[in-house]
Amino acid sequence: MNTIFDHKLAKGVGGLLPALDVPEQGIEKLIPSSLRRTHAPRIPNLSEPELVRHYTQLSKVNYGIDDGFYPLGSCTMKYNPKINEDLARLPGFANAHPLADEDLIQGSLKLLYEASRYLCGIAGLAEVTLQPAAGAHGELCGMFLVKRYFEERGEEKRKRILLPDSAHGTNPSSATTAGFSATEIPSGKDGMINLATLEEALDDTVAAIMLTVPNTLGIFEERVLEVTEMVHAAGGLCYFDGANLNAFLGRARPGDMGADIFHFNLHKTLSTPHGGGGPGSGPVAVAQSLVDFLPVPRIVKDENRYRLDWNSPHSIGCIHSFYGNFGVILKAYAYLLLLGDTGLREVSENAVLNANYLQESLKQTYPLPYERLCKHEFVLSGKGLGEGISALDIAKRLIDYGFHPPTIYFPLIVPEALMIEPTECEGKETLDSFIEAMERIAVEAKENPRLLHEAPQYAPVRRLDQTRAARQPILTYPFDER
Amino acid sequence: MTHPTQFRYTKEHEWVDLEGNHAKVGITEHAQGELGDIVFVELPTVGTAVKKGENLATVESIKAVGDVYAPMSGTVVEVNTQLESSPETINQDPHGAGWLVTLEVSDLSEADSFLDAPSYEQYLAEG
Ligand SMILES: Cc1ncc(COP(=O)(O)O)c(C=O)c1O
Repeated sequence: MNTIFDHKLAKGVGGLLPALDVPEQGIEKLIPSSLRRTHAPRIPNLSEPELVRHYTQLSKVNYGIDDGFYPLGSCTMKYNPKINEDLARLPGFANAHPLADEDLIQGSLKLLYEASRYLCGIAGLAEVTLQPAAGAHGELCGMFLVKRYFEERGEEKRKRILLPDSAHGTNPSSATTAGFSATEIPSGKDGMINLATLEEALDDTVAAIMLTVPNTLGIFEERVLEVTEMVHAAGGLCYFDGANLNAFLGRARPGDMGADIFHFNLHKTLSTPHGGGGPGSGPVAVAQSLVDFLPVPRIVKDENRYRLDWNSPHSIGCIHSFYGNFGVILKAYAYLLLLGDTGLREVSENAVLNANYLQESLKQTYPLPYERLCKHEFVLSGKGLGEGISALDIAKRLIDYGFHPPTIYFPLIVPEALMIEPTECEGKETLDSFIEAMERIAVEAKENPRLLHEAPQYAPVRRLDQTRAARQPILTYPFDER
Repeated sequence: MTHPTQFRYTKEHEWVDLEGNHAKVGITEHAQGELGDIVFVELPTVGTAVKKGENLATVESIKAVGDVYAPMSGTVVEVNTQLESSPETINQDPHGAGWLVTLEVSDLSEADSFLDAPSYEQYLAEG
């Protein structure tokens, strides 16, 4: 596949400048020679139609949620309503400058303030910061809050974060990046936390537990109240990774379950393009005991005026330039208003219904190692489907059937994992055609495994050499060799 | 038997080759097969003191990142630096050239809980 620099026509002329309407000054006079470039800039000189064709071709070999079913587990690839984009393009928002005087951006500040209030309501917690740029950034922010909380209490010895082995992979890395050490606690056979194992791990060096709710198996932690009670009794805090909020949006509040800190993945749950398609947003909500430590600036409302408040002496400081990824927050806010209370509840209801429909149908054909009612997603195993057949083969074959593959090899506690998250946006026909494709692939795995090993056959590119890409990544464009 | 009989094994899929108070450590044939193509290995520096069960090294494959835990307490006396440029050595020869580190161990009794090759393979068979 060609990049724009490989284009044969790239030697042409890309655009025409209007005629000069002032007396020409020599460049020597305007820019000192030490600052002048010696080589022409590397700009591909394509004409407008050539440029358009290049990107249109690329868009045709892409696959996104607007093309078809995208059951990529843990990513909540739901439809992003186009009205979100329209609203983000309103000139008052699109042209607002982050350094503009507060009096000129009251509308934007109001939006941020109201979005904060809605998110607090959904979380059942006291305050929220909208600054973090993605889920993992929210986790890191949350870990800094935990650290500051214990510093202020003189309990610096609390250096450990407990993590179930069903936690999302970013959880241990966020804990470690913030300077904690991660202690893994193995799940029980039911895919949930074993309380005896937790009891053993708890002592006065534990700062917090990080729970992914529901966990990466798509299973809701049924003993969550006992878990948070035990951690609190041992003097620790409870961090909830809420990136999977699609599973219980509007139906249960983490604050009521004992969460002290909870992060949202707005780009997942509240419908903004993600996964190469745009920046994210990972707001962090906290209980009253942690409010003073939230990042600055905070958005406050005095009477009828909104402003950014930098005066917060106990704050962990600034974690993002300006005030987070405004465009993403704006789209999430639009989605909240669009759906309202009832609509948001229907989101989680249908997400869970769709996932259970797929799980029930597919467990006839594929092993389901942790079997119980799932939430928004579930994890099958591709093991034992046929001689030498891997989860990767199944995923690649699905591409030939016109579907985006599920997440594979994650979570690690399921061998040859296939992690499937349909979201609420799909109708029964789509789900049924996916089931049919999965069933046909299971038959092919036994009768004609070559079809799987050699897949994809009908995609723009065949099987990519991911090992070489990881071992010898080429991250720069070799201009000089061209 | 794919797992050499002169080694001892842990349920975390490491092999240990104990000679006097030196323990050479690697991951098993089974472990490399499960991980798939290994693309990156992070090793401790020589002189690092580790306790049994602590993180000793990290092995990253195209599928997963795996922690290797210290099978015994001791001090790292040698690391297989070749793995930094050729991580695939672990896939090719996990029980030989793909070794990870050598520890000078402090408590030989920690080896008592290790499995011998037939018990390890039985453990694998039981899944
Ligand atoms: C459960 C969970 N936690 C955390 C994250 C990390 O979020 P992000 O990719 O926005 O950093 C994800 C990503 O999808 C997730 O699924």
